[in-house]
Amino acid sequence: MYAYDQYDQTLVHERARQFRGQVARRISGEITENEFKPLRLQNGLYMQLHAYMLRVAIPYGLLSSKQLRTLAHIARVYDRGYGHFTTRQNLQYNWIDLKRMPDLLDELASVEMHAIQTSGNCVRNITSDPYAGVAVDEFEDPRPYAELLRQWSTFHPEFAALPRKFKIAITGAERDRAAIAVHDIGIRLVRREGDGAVGLSFLVGGGQGRTPTLGAVIRPWIEKEHLLSYTEAILRVYNRFGRRDNLFKARIKILVKSLGADEFARQVDAEWERIKDSELKLESSEIESMKAFFAPPSYDSSAGGSLDAQRLSKNRPYARWVERNVERHRVPGYAIASISLKTRDLPTGDLTADQMDAVAALADEFSFGELVVNHRQNLVFPNVRIDALEALWKRLETLGLGLSNVGTITDIVCCPGLDYCSLANARSITVASALQERFADAGRADEVGDVTLNISGCINACGHHHVGNIGILGIDKQGVEHYQLMVGGSHEDDASFGKILGPAFTQEEIPNAVDRLVSAYVALRTSPEERFLDTYRRLGDAPFKERVYARD
Amino acid sequence: MRVISERRIVDDAWISVEPGAALPAAGHGVVAFSDWLARKDTLRATNSPLGVRVHSDVDPAALAAEAPNFALIAIEFPTFKDGRGYSIARLLRDEHGYRGDLRAVGHVLRDQLLAMERVGFTSFELAPGKSLESAVEAFAEFSHAYEAIGAGITSVRALRRRA
Repeated sequence: MYAYDQYDQTLVHERARQFRGQVARRISGEITENEFKPLRLQNGLYMQLHAYMLRVAIPYGLLSSKQLRTLAHIARVYDRGYGHFTTRQNLQYNWIDLKRMPDLLDELASVEMHAIQTSGNCVRNITSDPYAGVAVDEFEDPRPYAELLRQWSTFHPEFAALPRKFKIAITGAERDRAAIAVHDIGIRLVRREGDGAVGLSFLVGGGQGRTPTLGAVIRPWIEKEHLLSYTEAILRVYNRFGRRDNLFKARIKILVKSLGADEFARQVDAEWERIKDSELKLESSEIESMKAFFAPPSYDSSAGGSLDAQRLSKNRPYARWVERNVERHRVPGYAIASISLKTRDLPTGDLTADQMDAVAALADEFSFGELVVNHRQNLVFPNVRIDALEALWKRLETLGLGLSNVGTITDIVCCPGLDYCSLANARSITVASALQERFADAGRADEVGDVTLNISGCINACGHHHVGNIGILGIDKQGVEHYQLMVGGSHEDDASFGKILGPAFTQEEIPNAVDRLVSAYVALRTSPEERFLDTYRRLGDAPFKERVYARD
Repeated sequence: MRVISERRIVDDAWISVEPGAALPAAGHGVVAFSDWLARKDTLRATNSPLGVRVHSDVDPAALAAEAPNFALIAIEFPTFKDGRGYSIARLLRDEHGYRGDLRAVGHVLRDQLLAMERVGFTSFELAPGKSLESAVEAFAEFSHAYEAIGAGITSVRALRRRA
């Protein structure tokens, strides 16, 4: 993985020192809360319902075991013993004391981490494919480009006060596991027709939130050396012309829509022509030296075994875990294993400090000391020997982390909701746990098969409800929490947004409603191979609506 | 009034001129861009240096066409959240080659100064009540910059290429 040099290290330490001064000036009253707000936000510190929440950046979701141990230490010493992994591959703490924040930033800096630009109207953490570097369907590892973008965007002086927040995702694989179509900029490494050269394809203007929009391709292919200049051209057009009069219309998707993707692309191209040969142009040596950081680990060429054999193991719970949580790896003898953070003991995406330490130890033992946070709030061990999978599973079981539900209906994506968040209209964690309870029977979950269920406690869509096959959106109806049920969303290559099925449900009603929806699918599908999404797309919402809203 | 110019606190020679009003007898006047466009022939007759003040929605190309007339361009930040001024500054410097004094005025705060300097601002009129002494310390908070944005900045990328 990327390793800081003296420059990166100096900058994160200087950032911590700068924030120490800002906190002191806030406490002395030299700056107002209104003026302090953007400063703390650009260090990931939000004021929530009960306390400050801190969002720590995990660039493209990649963590070393050492970093995870420090995150555990911070959870223990600065928070209440746990952390929450988010849909943007970051980690959040919920109970932070402002006065101790500068020390906390120093602790992060000591393991090459920070909270820079994890909030505020600036370029946020760059996200990517959790299987980057190990996926069987990858053209090229996207992480070197993600890291180049991370550095370019860090303290970019021109783009610190954009009209609104700005999210960039990049993938290098055939299958999109980074949800690039719902980002302000989605970048894909693609082969050019004809000579097959790998370049970059740029999508702009995707997003969820209040106005769900799929990104439009404004540049189907461009040489990789133009990564930074083309991105900068997009940001400059947005910074100049994005709306600033209305917070809800300030994202780049609104600008792209109002100009039209073609006109937007024309303006970007005009700007890019001017700067493409500037210092922003990447030299091939820079790309190559960045790639070297992401070189594969030293795989054991004698590692053997097949995943199919593991799936047939007589140890049925283990075989089920392999079936659900383990995927093929590009190197023979290795596999990609997911650790589900959708247990029934803790809220979605949460991990205790002790579990973090234990997972760090497992990463050292089983996955070359590295792990990845994915955008469905699970952890991924990218490099596990197939012949060690069963040992890993047994250890996970003892930690309460051996759950075999990845990709099933209980692998719920969920925002913190009204239990923590000052923007939320409704609780989401309680809904998630009620649904976990409802579908706790593994037989039932298996019968239903692959389905994504995403819950957001408000329209801002941190729980990505628009792109869940089943989406649940918390709303406030005359002071009572209600939940809209949405159907038909997808965050993958066939990205689409769910449609509201009908009138909203109360918190008590929602588990039954989802149960009926799922039963409708099981009854309507042509065979167990037809996925929920495909049945819905084939039939439309009418038969589902009829069954969900039927009177008993 | 005191401002920050090239990282030092100085007494300012520039005086703001209301639209249509006479230029000051002593010191240098700063007129609104619309005022300049309305009476540039008259204003051009003055012997002393002239400054112009623009809003954050100004078209940099239109401003650049007039820029040879000005020794100072002051870009207004109506609130610190309005970041358009940063792009305008960069375009004036990098695309249009403006070399005069570029000043940030309006809701200008200590913690923005380094970024403003990097995109090309040379002087700063802080928001009312803000300490200039505290503000000048902000320029020294970071030793490096990832990208070569700003006069005399050697980017981290360039430092690494040389290594």
